Amino acid sequence: MNAIVENLDLFRSGFLTTLGISLLGGLLAFVLGGILATFRVSPFRPLSGLSVLYVETVRNTPLTVVWFFMVFGLPLVGLGIGSFFIAGALALGVYTAPFVAEVIRSGINSVSLGQAEAARSIGLTFSQSLRLVVLPQALRTVVPPLGNLWIALVKNSSIGAAFAVTEITAVATRLSNGFPGAVIQIFVGAAVAYLLITLTSSAGIAYLEKKAVILR
Amino acid sequence: MSTQTVLFDELGPRGKKLVRIGTYIGALLVAILIALAGLQLYNEGQLEPERWEILINPDSGVPQGLTRALFATLRVALIAMVISMILGTLLSAGRLSEHRWVRIPTTFIVQFFRGIPLLLLIFFSYLALPRLGISLDLFWTLIVGLTAYNMAVLGEIFRAGILSIDKGQSEAAYAIGMRKSQVMVFVLVPQAVRRMLPAIVSQLVTLLKDTSLGFVIGYFELLRQGRAYVDYFGAKFGLQIYVAVALFYILTNLALSSFARWLEKRSRSNPKATKALGQLVEDDLVPID
Repeated sequence: MNAIVENLDLFRSGFLTTLGISLLGGLLAFVLGGILATFRVSPFRPLSGLSVLYVETVRNTPLTVVWFFMVFGLPLVGLGIGSFFIAGALALGVYTAPFVAEVIRSGINSVSLGQAEAARSIGLTFSQSLRLVVLPQALRTVVPPLGNLWIALVKNSSIGAAFAVTEITAVATRLSNGFPGAVIQIFVGAAVAYLLITLTSSAGIAYLEKKAVILR
Repeated sequence: MSTQTVLFDELGPRGKKLVRIGTYIGALLVAILIALAGLQLYNEGQLEPERWEILINPDSGVPQGLTRALFATLRVALIAMVISMILGTLLSAGRLSEHRWVRIPTTFIVQFFRGIPLLLLIFFSYLALPRLGISLDLFWTLIVGLTAYNMAVLGEIFRAGILSIDKGQSEAAYAIGMRKSQVMVFVLVPQAVRRMLPAIVSQLVTLLKDTSLGFVIGYFELLRQGRAYVDYFGAKFGLQIYVAVALFYILTNLALSSFARWLEKRSRSNPKATKALGQLVEDDLVPID
């Protein structure tokens, strides 16, 4: 137990780094995923093709490999990013974006055709039917899967430990080398730190889901 | 577009013209993007043929080495898949149990392992297990980590699948005198497996991708092998080798996914199965992670 108490500061900074890199990566994933989904459902073939290509390629590449490209690949083509933290957030964002895009797309597809037809038949314009009828319904179906993606992203941020980002997992491995006798406690402490984020997120998502629920 | 979507109606002549203009602009944008990327690569000298030749020239040893590493990756993935499927089945059975003393501990196990990162589990089996007197080689260390995480995830998928089967199915089975285990084995599980197949396969794809974490503890899988080659041949060939590694992963995962699609189509074209399943809601099964 001493190992944790003595290094509480280190644990706290690791915790904050995990939270920070996840938030930045999540924001990036959300924006990029939104763009990809828009491209995908647009009637412009080159853009939807680009979106499909991106989604299929990145979705089937391990995050470790994506991270590798960000840290070791980009400098090779003259686009190096100075900070390991930013490179990591970029990797998380680029990797999670296709999953976000798929969630948004399936959210739009889950709105029944009758809704759009009804909107048109009462004379709503394209932007009105999108804004007032389709998107509000799509948004609600999208909440729980997006929440799951957020939780997965937080857990994925642990890979930063292998790329010089001092987040929770990195702190745990470093401390376990310094305090061989307390390995179990250290790892349990790290697990609790992650559960703190993931379980509170789950509870938050469940609350949102309850608020956003619609009867169909 | 002839297929109707919720987003827009069948287009009129003006709309069609707009779409055509948009398509040209889109094509132009994509072309500019490709040109910029190509220019950047060219300026850095990454497009020189000799740099790429290393990937196909057997004298360099790279193609053979990467293929060998691919098999090392597949071996870990396959064994971890099998063990976590078995343990996942047991866990889902435990969570569905009527006995509280079974249900509560299994629920705890599942929630715990699902809630923490895989890498932490791999590090645990790498750093902590030896201290507890369990020393494993890298191969099994990686498998223990992968299994601990994926058994929990797969267990939840199985459970969700069984719970999604219409209640009438099990009631009917009980009514004709089946026992609890018979209802499970002959009625619920076969339907649940078909329904959850897309989710199961996407989790298996995730598992295959996650074997790349073996890199972190030094197991010689695809990524580690690639890194070793970059160290050996120098950064000059870095990009090329990383691209090759990524391609190996992408192609393997695409093969796995298309196998799953084929399997799904086959079980859907079986009229008996389709009837029992009713409408499959594929959109519920968006893969996460």
